[in-house]
Amino acid sequence: MPRVIVEVMPKPGILDPQGKAVLGAMPRLGFGGVVDVRQGKRFELELAEEVTEDQLAQVRQVAEALLSNPVIEDYTVRVEAS
Amino acid sequence: MTETQTRQLDTVAHAQEHPDVAQPWAELGLKSDEEAHLREILGRRPTSSELAMYSVMWSEHCSYKSSKVHLRRFGEQVTDAMRKHLMVGIGENAGVVDIGQGYAVTFKVESHNHPSYIEPYQGAATGVGGIVRDILSMGARPVAVMDALRFGPLEAPDTQRVLPGVVAGVGGYGNCLGLPNIGGETVFDPSYAGNPLVNALCVGVMRHEDIHLANASGTGNQIILYGATTGGDGIGGVSILASEAFDTQGSARRPSVQVGDPFMEKLLIECTLEVFAEHLVAGIQDLGGAGLSCATSELASAGDGGMHVWLDRVPLRDESLAPEEILMSESQERMMAVVEPAHVSRFLEICAKWDVDATVIGEVTDTGRLVIEWYGDTVVDVPPRTVASEGPVYERPFARPIWQDSLQAGDASTLPRPTTGEGLRATVLQLVASPNLCDKSWITNQYDRYVQGNTVLAQPEDAGILRVDEQSGLGIAVSTDCNGRFAKLDPFTGAQLALAESYRNVATAGARPLAVTDCLNFGSPEDPDVMWQFAEATRGLSQGCEALGIPVTGGNVSFYNQTGAEPILPTPVVGVLGVIDDVTRRTPIGFTTEGQQIYLLGTTRDELSGSEWAHVAHGHLGGLPPVVDLEMEAQLADLLINASRDGLIDAAHDLADGGLAQALVESCLRYDVGARVWLPDELDPFVALFSESTARVIVAVPRSEEVRFTDMCAARRFPHVRMGVTDGRGDDAVLEVQECFSVSLAELRAAWSATLPTAFDD
Amino acid sequence: MVTFPGSLDDGDARRAVGLAGAEAVALWHGDHDLRGVDAVILPGGFSYGDYLRSGAIARFAPVMAEVVAAARGGMPVLGICNGFQVLCESHLLPGALIRNHHRKFVCRDQRLKIENASTSWTHDYVTGEEVTLVLKNGEGAYVADLATLDRLEGEGLVVARYLGDDPNGSMRAIAGITTERGNVVGLMPHPEHAVDSLCGPGTGGLPFFTSVLQSLAASAPAASAGTPPPQGPPPLQGHSSGRELVL
Repeated sequence: MPRVIVEVMPKPGILDPQGKAVLGAMPRLGFGGVVDVRQGKRFELELAEEVTEDQLAQVRQVAEALLSNPVIEDYTVRVEAS
Repeated sequence: MTETQTRQLDTVAHAQEHPDVAQPWAELGLKSDEEAHLREILGRRPTSSELAMYSVMWSEHCSYKSSKVHLRRFGEQVTDAMRKHLMVGIGENAGVVDIGQGYAVTFKVESHNHPSYIEPYQGAATGVGGIVRDILSMGARPVAVMDALRFGPLEAPDTQRVLPGVVAGVGGYGNCLGLPNIGGETVFDPSYAGNPLVNALCVGVMRHEDIHLANASGTGNQIILYGATTGGDGIGGVSILASEAFDTQGSARRPSVQVGDPFMEKLLIECTLEVFAEHLVAGIQDLGGAGLSCATSELASAGDGGMHVWLDRVPLRDESLAPEEILMSESQERMMAVVEPAHVSRFLEICAKWDVDATVIGEVTDTGRLVIEWYGDTVVDVPPRTVASEGPVYERPFARPIWQDSLQAGDASTLPRPTTGEGLRATVLQLVASPNLCDKSWITNQYDRYVQGNTVLAQPEDAGILRVDEQSGLGIAVSTDCNGRFAKLDPFTGAQLALAESYRNVATAGARPLAVTDCLNFGSPEDPDVMWQFAEATRGLSQGCEALGIPVTGGNVSFYNQTGAEPILPTPVVGVLGVIDDVTRRTPIGFTTEGQQIYLLGTTRDELSGSEWAHVAHGHLGGLPPVVDLEMEAQLADLLINASRDGLIDAAHDLADGGLAQALVESCLRYDVGARVWLPDELDPFVALFSESTARVIVAVPRSEEVRFTDMCAARRFPHVRMGVTDGRGDDAVLEVQECFSVSLAELRAAWSATLPTAFDD
Repeated sequence: MVTFPGSLDDGDARRAVGLAGAEAVALWHGDHDLRGVDAVILPGGFSYGDYLRSGAIARFAPVMAEVVAAARGGMPVLGICNGFQVLCESHLLPGALIRNHHRKFVCRDQRLKIENASTSWTHDYVTGEEVTLVLKNGEGAYVADLATLDRLEGEGLVVARYLGDDPNGSMRAIAGITTERGNVVGLMPHPEHAVDSLCGPGTGGLPFFTSVLQSLAASAPAASAGTPPPQGPPPLQGHSSGRELVL
């Protein structure tokens, strides 16, 4: 089944408390060298048929309207190779 | 075809034809005598589905096989006084108590200890979800939750992992359901390291006519499974998690943890209350531990004794699940209802309105058998009572531990005590900052205590109080308590002390105690020491309830709480429910204005063994716990209830952990009102401040009511002594103990409130 | 009062409206009309489980289309907590609400300063007045870009600000905001939990509910400036009777 991936990330500069918490935990686990962590969301949309440009455009609309909040989040849309 | 269907299905016919198939009895927690008994019941080997059902239902957690003989006391020692308010007793999902004006209340506390250790957030969350469904299945609207928590030492790495997750889980689930959290307790002790206790309590309210019982009566009635779909959650969770102590190694044995969905539960609550309101339900049960195995066998046993289930109709989240797994799945947010055929379509309609999936999966029969079919083959054919209620019962050996005498001999009298004013002052500050006595708002501020708008008192008050009827002001009060150190020193007395404290807390808030629920957390029942503790605690509790005239209406036993060979402190958590006719008369703990007269009620003795002081200042546990005097407790309760009703007291706070000093500090800090107190002449100041003698409270009496109040105490011959006055408020207020020391509320607050944030905030 | 699946404080808000002297009308999230009400309250809770983002799914409920249209037409709309999140997701109000900076749910009595006492919902306060309401949220940190924040401040659209230590990490301690017309207010703390001193921290929240009755009474004789609500308001019968608030 074709699958479209939508990834939603907090915009740069928007406070991301979860990401900050993960970052803070890393040194405690002895894992150094990481300077920032951002936590986002990944949506996997299973489509019934092959992905068309029309469908991708629709997915972008959904990503814009529902899956992300453009005030605080950015999104990317891509088709996963099957 | 799924993998399940291609593999040989172990049907009843197959089991008869192939009697010698090896089956994992031991891995599923069944003992060899249990295996023999099961073969005898069935007259053949069980199918693998039957084995799954019996193993989970005969586990300690579901069958109470080690505790049953002791728990019978609660049913046997019921007097007329105790029966007076009891509408439904032990045995149903939760007991029901009449609180007057046509209202009935059901409440119960249940453990979710082991799952909360493995996955703190989900373990605690699903613990709340489970007890809420228990209450719901009695026909009541859940109205509040409480949580009694026990963790290892505050600074232990494991506590750092477990506590924040548990607290977020309790809050995350309860907040999302819109149920106020009105109280509870958080206790730290090394014995709970690696074995935290998460005991969740729920209270529900209904009209008398709305009580629903779990049974499947009426041949031809339909069995409807509704709520969430069934997945691989917690398969074997109940039997494997709760039957043997687990350890973190051996991840292969670690079953998948149940994951909660409070939003689904919220819909399930509203949907269930609506089908109740339309009288569409003949019987109902929630699906908790042991999932469908438990619900089908218990409903069938309690009804006409027969049920036919088409297991393949169960909506699945994971299509690869085998029938054994479906029967054992502990997926959350599911309920099972028995519905007359004529009501089925309306029932399904209401479920659809709430977006709740509902499926008819079976019907009530008169065969006396529980028959479960899987795509046309019979995989289970058993007498349901042998699964649900006639499981094995053990008379576990028990014996007073050989160390009990030496533990009791090493009392606290030899410990160095502070003698100077400066030393007493330092001890007060040390105690208020200690983990068990410090400010718990880091925890309780993660819980919504306001939702529904009926919360009259919540933490840090002695008891939570809820308004039940807005017109009449009728309300209920609930408290949970237990001091595990006292229970270790003497389990009989310790259980009575837990009861006495909880009872006193409810009365201190102004409510009349009516009923008890208990959550008995102990180590392994196979250890005779532990079994003795359990036997003593249940004996103490049942006698205590008889003396106070309030029945145990339900509860839960949790065994195998231990790390390695080391059991937890015996922890019989006792919840007491009370009724208050007019919630505006409730008594809060805090001093509210200057010039209130502070009285100490009760008798103080030199009782410091097992005290918070011995624990914090010396890390000591030994001696005998404080004396219990239930007659005095009952008199004190009566006095407090009448004083509250007559408007004689503005505040009252029970004296327990940390003694008088802690009670004064908490009453002062509640609204930043200071106090000037003097200690009774006949008492050593240290004993007066830190003894944990029972049946004591402090009260704040308005000057205008002082004569009436003291007359009332004198008429009842209850010991009372004026010992101070509230004085000063705000930033400059102090707590002054005359001729000993003075400490500002600011300094007290700083010490009291820093402990948990320092430990848990990064 | 709009009830979404997962709304929790709708009962409390209904009680508050009653105490203020108005009649609360329950509306279901799937309804397509506002049944002739004069004002709308979006209550607190976890609509649709708040699984995607708080308020993100509720925004698409059928009733919200009506609420948005009515709000643009001038109808008073108050979004409390989750309701505030819904208003931001619906773009009736600027900015967004994200996870508290300390990552914990917080429930506490919270002191606030009323910064704008000229909105439909805050008439009965005085600017600068301090009140104590209940704050309870997991995702209550108000965020917006600098330009938006400056505009809110410059135009006096900040309705309330937190006092004392920062409870949730909101930018500029913003607890509530309004639109230029002052009819739509989003507020993170819960005024409906502070209307009765028995079950809440005093009665400091009641003026939110009485204010809207005053402003409706004041505006009723003249036709409202924008599009009237779908079925039009019922005739006015004094300040407190016959008024219907959707909760």
